[in-house]
Amino acid sequence: MASKEPEAAAEPVEDGAAAGAAEDRAMPAEAAETGAAETGAAGGTGSSHPDFEPKIVAFCCYYCAYSAADLAGSMRLQYPANIRIIEVPCSGKVDPVILLKAFEEGADGVYVAGCMEGDCHFLKGNFRAKRRVQAVKKILDEIGLDGRRLEMFNLSAAMGTRFAEIAEEMTERIRQLGPSPVRPGASAAARPATVPDGAAEHEAAGKQGEVKPE
Amino acid sequence: MTAADAAQAAAAAGAGGQGDGAAGATSGGPRGGGCRTSSRLERVLREGHFAVTCEIGPPQSSKSEGILKHASVLKDYSDGQNLTDNQTAIVRLCSLAAAVHVIRAGGEPIMQMTARDRNRIAIQSDILGAASLGVRNILCLAGDHQTFGNHPGARNVHDIDSLQMVQMVRAMRDEKKFQCGDQIKSHEPRMFVGAAANPFGDPFEFRVRRLAKKIAAGAEFIQTQCIFDMDRFEKWMRMVRDEGLDEKVFILAGITPVKSDKALKYIRTVPGMKVPDELIKRMEGAADKKAEGVNIAVEMIQRLKEMKGVHGVHIMAIAWESIVPEIVERAGLYPRPEVEVEEPAEAEVAVG
Amino acid sequence: MIVAEPKPISEVAELVRDSNHLLIVGCGECVTVCQVGGEKEVEVLASALRIMWKKDGRKGTIDTQTIVRQCEPEYVAELAKKVKEADCVLSLGCGVGVQFIAEAYPDKWVVPGLNTSFGGGTVQAGVWEERCGFCGDCILHLTGGICPIIRCSKSILNGPCGGSQDGHCELDKDIPCAWQLIYDRLKGLGRLDLLDAVQPPKDWTASRDGGPRKFVKEEAMIE
Repeated sequence: MASKEPEAAAEPVEDGAAAGAAEDRAMPAEAAETGAAETGAAGGTGSSHPDFEPKIVAFCCYYCAYSAADLAGSMRLQYPANIRIIEVPCSGKVDPVILLKAFEEGADGVYVAGCMEGDCHFLKGNFRAKRRVQAVKKILDEIGLDGRRLEMFNLSAAMGTRFAEIAEEMTERIRQLGPSPVRPGASAAARPATVPDGAAEHEAAGKQGEVKPE
Repeated sequence: MTAADAAQAAAAAGAGGQGDGAAGATSGGPRGGGCRTSSRLERVLREGHFAVTCEIGPPQSSKSEGILKHASVLKDYSDGQNLTDNQTAIVRLCSLAAAVHVIRAGGEPIMQMTARDRNRIAIQSDILGAASLGVRNILCLAGDHQTFGNHPGARNVHDIDSLQMVQMVRAMRDEKKFQCGDQIKSHEPRMFVGAAANPFGDPFEFRVRRLAKKIAAGAEFIQTQCIFDMDRFEKWMRMVRDEGLDEKVFILAGITPVKSDKALKYIRTVPGMKVPDELIKRMEGAADKKAEGVNIAVEMIQRLKEMKGVHGVHIMAIAWESIVPEIVERAGLYPRPEVEVEEPAEAEVAVG
Repeated sequence: MIVAEPKPISEVAELVRDSNHLLIVGCGECVTVCQVGGEKEVEVLASALRIMWKKDGRKGTIDTQTIVRQCEPEYVAELAKKVKEADCVLSLGCGVGVQFIAEAYPDKWVVPGLNTSFGGGTVQAGVWEERCGFCGDCILHLTGGICPIIRCSKSILNGPCGGSQDGHCELDKDIPCAWQLIYDRLKGLGRLDLLDAVQPPKDWTASRDGGPRKFVKEEAMIE
């Protein structure tokens, strides 16, 4: 993940997206810290929840991210199978309610992928999405779900590689954060979001099969 | 319509010239004319002396010693001592009680009264109380906003504004009427009524017009915001004279001695204040900054003494009351004139 | 319109702590326009609270309904069925809405989800600003259509005070001085003469206090 950092930072980002990028950059350090703390229990993989397969919903704009996903496929790029893509006509179509619903229904992570800033097919849809993602991040923090479970990304239809990277980046991030405490069958006591508990993880991993039969 | 016309037009009843002592919200009328109150400050001004007033900030406690100490010194170096009313919205000993302490020390209090903390009922009640205790001067103010002080969560009042307060106090005195119109059957409070003016606020071109409004409302003396930008003050005074307002009201120019260039730089950030660069440079270059601060104050007073239409100075030595005697002496304003004031027969005698 | 702001979710969660069957009620008027209490915001809050409850392992239902106007009994009556099933009603209406619901359902616990702030309008998408203080005695004809009661931080009727500088209020550089605005506008309209009259103290009897103010229009009455 650390190796992808410069590229992520090099992307033309501003304001909220910059904050997002900064958060991304902050991740490895934090991950390293929690990872180190977990080394004994997790078998030295550097990940807090190595066996945990997060369920991540990605709202992908038809004009960029969705096409980039296609391209990634054509290029035969490998990316985690944890991502469930939902095609939207524009990232600006994504409403806060939809983002929250995804979490309510048990998603461990959610991201919105829109066009590069300035390149929105509908001019400003991706800027709206950015603001909404920021607002919902705040709500997630307020209700104790951790705003880092949600992110906004910008890419173009030509960035198949970047699409795969984002998928990996998010999967790794959510793995670090652990299962969502609202996953069906989960209970608060068993799954604090920030204090990893080995037993709880196993339980989560065990239940994972039950809750996603697809 | 000029500002002077405005003052004329808006003056109640449009009654005659200045200084005629008639009832009604006529102009303050400097010089000559009979005194309308037993205020010593009024007497000094009407006799044509260059007046000196100063300021005493009441403590944030119930301890009166400081007020008494300052007043006992300042009474000989000034013709009136302002008692601030919870300035910068910080809770302090009330200006009414502080004014009474000043009387005890032999001084001549100017009670400041803001519209921030009291409605018209409380203000009139305090004025009756103050008059009964021998307070003869009042300065009507809007008051600093509560968010600047130590109770930002307080609810402000602003039932009336400073101009309306002036009007109200004049009507209580001259028409023997409460604001509601009811008669004050006897012992109406006889206060010499002042207001503030800020020559440095905006819109600049409206400042003089608003002064005319204050005079029309009944202001008899004006204490200005402290002056650092003398050029702008002169420009303002020119406009005041052009409208003939200096003939209708006594203008006391505000002076604040500062101890350092840091203080000046801070004052510069206060809304409605202007401090020229040269002044800051001069303070920066001074070896003894306190002495230089006093020099500047003295020089300014000397310049003000020569300025037509300025009837006195108001020295606001914030938390530096002890420096006032030196400034007054060096400005050639000591000793203060001795004036005879008639105690109105019906007024109760001040506390001993 | 009435402009309101959402209470923090943590505060709302505390208000409905003892509820097992919560009904969140939106309003289709002002709070929909200022995007704090319409259908969408109701769903967002419901979803957020459901997540919170699930996270805490709490069982319970959260239902929603948004009515045309919470400030009119005939619409509030439409809530009857869902209110009956609920043990607590969280209103995302203004303070008026909360009270009308409480009055209509005397045996139900009704709590506010918003802080009702002011009478204002949309100055740009996503930004609302105060314009009216509901003083009950309009003087806008004297001040060029700019209200000093609510837009001047000291409600001065004979302004500006000495703190006005460079067009802004002494409180904050982001607050325009209402009296500078009034001066500029009247100057532009050639009506500075309006400012020469000393405005007398305002009669506040038409303003707040003295019990709720009431307005009756006889010809609009049916009974």
